[in-house]
Amino acid sequence: MKDLSVEGLGMVYELPKGGSVEALHDVSFDLEAGRLLTLLGPSGCGKTTLLNIIAGFLTPTSGSVTLGGDPIAGPGQERGMVFQQGALFEWQNVAQNVAFGPRMNRKKRSETNELVEDLLSTVGLQGFGDKAVYELSGGMQQRVALARCLANDPEVILMDEPLGALDALTREKMQSLILKLWQETGKTIVLVTHSVEEALYLGDRLFVMAPRPGRIEREYELPFAANGLHVDPREMKASPEFIEKREELLSLIWEMEEQIMGHEGGMA
Amino acid sequence: MSVLTRLTGGYGPGRKGAGARKTVTFGDASEVKGSPSWSLFSLLFVALVWWWIKRGPDPIINDRTFPSMRQTWDAFFELVDRGYRRVGLWDHTWASLWRVLKGLVYGVVVGVPVGFAMGLSNRLRGIFDPIVELLRPVPPLALLPLFIVWFGIGEGSKVNLLFFAAVWIMVIAARAGVLGVRGSKVHAAYSLGANRWQILRYVILPNALPDIFTGMRVALGVCWGTLVAAELTGTTTGLGAMIFAASKFFRMDIVVVSIITIGVIGVAMDLIMRFLERRLIPWRGKG
Repeated sequence: MKDLSVEGLGMVYELPKGGSVEALHDVSFDLEAGRLLTLLGPSGCGKTTLLNIIAGFLTPTSGSVTLGGDPIAGPGQERGMVFQQGALFEWQNVAQNVAFGPRMNRKKRSETNELVEDLLSTVGLQGFGDKAVYELSGGMQQRVALARCLANDPEVILMDEPLGALDALTREKMQSLILKLWQETGKTIVLVTHSVEEALYLGDRLFVMAPRPGRIEREYELPFAANGLHVDPREMKASPEFIEKREELLSLIWEMEEQIMGHEGGMA
Repeated sequence: MSVLTRLTGGYGPGRKGAGARKTVTFGDASEVKGSPSWSLFSLLFVALVWWWIKRGPDPIINDRTFPSMRQTWDAFFELVDRGYRRVGLWDHTWASLWRVLKGLVYGVVVGVPVGFAMGLSNRLRGIFDPIVELLRPVPPLALLPLFIVWFGIGEGSKVNLLFFAAVWIMVIAARAGVLGVRGSKVHAAYSLGANRWQILRYVILPNALPDIFTGMRVALGVCWGTLVAAELTGTTTGLGAMIFAASKFFRMDIVVVSIITIGVIGVAMDLIMRFLERRLIPWRGKG
């Protein structure tokens, strides 16, 4: 198991009309293997940029990211990615989507088939292998995306608002599934979300990020994810401790939003 | 269910459908599906007009200008049985079809790789862009004189002309297919361990297939339309050649049979392409 280490990360986007935006400023943290980190913050705070740098899709302007001591220079299958939606291959059926990674690695067909069956039942889609992905609901599609990502047995799973397009009820079910997968597989997960409740419920660590320049504003160590599967999720989300943290985070984010609005108002 | 409803497959007057309880349907695209009964009516009306202009011993329009339905009907069977200038109707049709298919296949074989290159590399996009943009708007027939000099008056110039008609359409379609791939799909594939070749083969190609197929449908139609003009010189076979030869002798019945054949085959080709599309690319528009 490998720890993820982020050192002095900076990212500056040059604007086409001149000037630049500092999407990330001196972001540093260490994430021990097996933790579930949620990134929360208003839009423009650089959380997706951070995720894309860890995934290897972007090269940072300064600083470095290492996984188990090895620097990250590009995308790699030890870092799996789950996108919001639309990243499944609609020309392949469910089983073929899940088998994509092993197939690219030229794994034995019989082993892959077994693995795919296992993963489909892990995410609650047993018997759906032959279905076209576009025949499935949004929640089921995200289950396929999770299974596809797990098929390569990555060290780290990066999730970019994976539940953002789902309705509230499906979203709660999927949150429980993510917790279950995290606890059963012991994978390191970094999850970007817009939902305060989701960040609190899933994150065993939580970073609140702030914009202009994008940075980590506050860090939390949270108890909820560890107990998440033993307690009824609704009960947990209604507990005084949860509500207290939720309100704290909400007011923090509200403050940031007000500052952004004030800032923009001042510029106008 | 009335007889009319059954005949028209549930559309047209008296239909019962999902829209039966909608209060407003004007402007609702899902409610406009055509009406087979009205289509039948429109065909019958055309036939009626045709009959009317050719009625009686001294019709409004004479035989040198337009044939009667009866003459056209007879000409059709004459062409099927004995052919025109000893070449049967189906042989003429097949000669035309074969040229179009050859032109289309060459257009696809050349156009798709060029379109892919333009969608994947800045340098290749730069190299091909001026050529494609300059030649794309040129009507293929404008090049016929050149092609006759280069490839001879026979098959060569015709097939090359059809190739020219098809290739730009295929380039643009393939390029659009490549550029239309969602970034997250490519990123997902990289994260799953795919290399560049695998990205091309397993992500970009299948993602571009619907656009390529649409291009083929359009190109087929354009080639079919260009063909007749291309066949006006240098050949004795093909529907275009038949029209030209027959018109010299005012055999308007043969001209009309050829025109109807061209139309029917055009429709049939499009139906076949749509059928293939449904079978081969069921994921179109579902991404």
